[in-house]
Amino acid sequence: MAVNINPAETTGEQSGHEHRQWQLRLYVAGQTPKCLTALANLKKLCEEYMDGDYQIEIIDLLQQPQLAKGDQILAIPTLVRKLPEPVRKIIGDLSQTERVLIGLDLRPR
Amino acid sequence: MSPAKSLRRVRERPQLKKVPTGITGFDDITGGGLPRGRPSLVSGTAGCGKTLFSMQFLVRGAIDFAEPGLFVSFEENEQELTQNVASLGFDVADLIKRRLLMIDFVRAEQSEIEETGDHDLEGLFVRLGYAIDQIKAKRVVLDTIEALFAALPNELTLRSELRRLFRWLKDRGVTAIITAERGEGEFTRHGLEEYVSDCVILLDHRVIEQVSTRRLRVVKYRGSFHGTNEYPFLIDEDGFSVLPITSLGLDHQASTERMSTGIAQLDAMLENKGFYRGSSTLVSGTSGSGKSSIAAHVIDAACARGERCLYFPFEESQPQIMRNMQSIGIDLARWVSRGLLRFHPARPHVYGLETHLAMMLKQISRFDPQVVVVDPITNLTEVSSPLESKAMLTRLVDYLKGNRITALFTSLTPGAQQADMYEAGISSLMDTWLLLRNLETNGERNRGLYVLKSRGMSHSNQIREFVLTDRGAQLLDVYAGPAGVLTGTARIVQEAQDKAAILSASNEIAEKQRALASMKDAMDAQIATLHARFAAESSELNTAISEGLLALADQGNILGDLRRGRASNGSSSGKKGAKHGRQYQSGRDNGRAERART
Repeated sequence: MAVNINPAETTGEQSGHEHRQWQLRLYVAGQTPKCLTALANLKKLCEEYMDGDYQIEIIDLLQQPQLAKGDQILAIPTLVRKLPEPVRKIIGDLSQTERVLIGLDLRPR
Repeated sequence: MSPAKSLRRVRERPQLKKVPTGITGFDDITGGGLPRGRPSLVSGTAGCGKTLFSMQFLVRGAIDFAEPGLFVSFEENEQELTQNVASLGFDVADLIKRRLLMIDFVRAEQSEIEETGDHDLEGLFVRLGYAIDQIKAKRVVLDTIEALFAALPNELTLRSELRRLFRWLKDRGVTAIITAERGEGEFTRHGLEEYVSDCVILLDHRVIEQVSTRRLRVVKYRGSFHGTNEYPFLIDEDGFSVLPITSLGLDHQASTERMSTGIAQLDAMLENKGFYRGSSTLVSGTSGSGKSSIAAHVIDAACARGERCLYFPFEESQPQIMRNMQSIGIDLARWVSRGLLRFHPARPHVYGLETHLAMMLKQISRFDPQVVVVDPITNLTEVSSPLESKAMLTRLVDYLKGNRITALFTSLTPGAQQADMYEAGISSLMDTWLLLRNLETNGERNRGLYVLKSRGMSHSNQIREFVLTDRGAQLLDVYAGPAGVLTGTARIVQEAQDKAAILSASNEIAEKQRALASMKDAMDAQIATLHARFAAESSELNTAISEGLLALADQGNILGDLRRGRASNGSSSGKKGAKHGRQYQSGRDNGRAERART
């Protein structure tokens, strides 16, 4: 099950618009504390740094295990920055904000 | 507990269930394969065959045991992997199509991953679980999970997750192989043996003096007996094969069947029967002494009987050997074309000794020959120490004897010296030892052959001259006399001289015999003459004696007459007496009677 979180519009799944700069995908495995923390941290970050111009897709691998292969997901939770390119992967519950910002190229490495 | 009860408990002790890997030899040394439903660790240096071992485990499982397999690759993608193992005879693509095999490439690169907090490897678990479910995999390979140590920044998390992963694999009941890189001093670079402790297999690829040898060792096998030695293994067109070649004991049957050597005179030296079947023979000699020719004769004779022969030349190529043997009238090509003779040439330096042995045993078990020739065995010592080569030869001899294969080993003796230390060492393994020697005298070189030993038969102790003709090898009686052992021209000369000497001696004897005969004749003639003279003289003497007696008798009568007074004329009566001797005989008797009366 993929859940889309789109603060700008309340469109359905996969409603990618050309102008959207941030397309993020969060892989979780059930409603574990780690996953819930990660989601909460992600939402906060997006609000703070992406000016609402983002789309978050949440994929629960327990529901859709076949999707683990596509993005080469090993760790849970994993955040994948699909757009802007290049693709970035950030693992963990996103509690280390500085590292997340570096991972998302919002801070210079 | 009663003894009977405890005995039953022992009998009922559950055996560790095992999964045959289908890897030749490996299942033998582990007593059945890998532990069922548990992960095993296969560790080794780069390029030692871990991936191949694992892939063969899956492929054989899918084909031979109907157990679908999942190959999780952390290093090569599906296409690369398929191509790599295709050269070893695995049609992976077909198995994938039939859903008996699945390759899952897990790519993990550190450059793409940023760690930002607490996490686990549930993604990998989900992925594995999903793949296992899809093909209902019974066998799983993780090759090599250590790639994760490079990709994931948090080693602590990774370690605890790996521990969980191996537990999880066990719970899923799959038989798994986890491959790992060999580390310094440890079995694996990252200490995976800490987590996978049921079965640890070490693959080794050693290069000593530019020669590589692959070896496998079962380091640990919890709950099971296993061979603890290092076993050489091969990777060839048939994939991975381990050779359990350490001999277990001396229990081979001794055959009483004999087989001709192909050289009638050599058979004659061996009780007129040749070698024992299943025996090992060493033919040693300096270079060019005819070792290969003897081997060719043995092969020719065996093939003519319809037996299969396997020839391991370590010096010459097959065409070269066949051409050379053609020159002494042995046509080996016909046996090759009939499939009775097979050559397996190899340079000694191509492999290490163990690999050579493994390769040879594999060829032998595949071709199932009655006769095996190794020519020359000494070349193998070049790639190892004498101790190792003897150990290797022991294994080879044991294997051959165990399979009743008659073996002929040639051994190159350096220079013109006696059998060297190496030969002395290996000779104890040999049942028969034929020694070829170059005899250099009078500006020519001749070959001599003798049987140094031959167990279980009363062999000839004589040296024969070994002559190679265009109709094969011939053994001639050498000249052995007061002048020493002579061969070649010297022998021919000496033989001629001897013949002349014999001739003159026999002439002399005949002459003496004649002289003797004539002497006897002369003697006989003399005896005859003497006889004749004797006869003549004795008759004369007899006559004289008779006459004398007569005269004596007459005189007696006259005296008698005179006594009685009847005598008239004594002289005339004497004449009368000579004329009528016989009449007077009785008269004399009468006279005697008369004398008695008087």
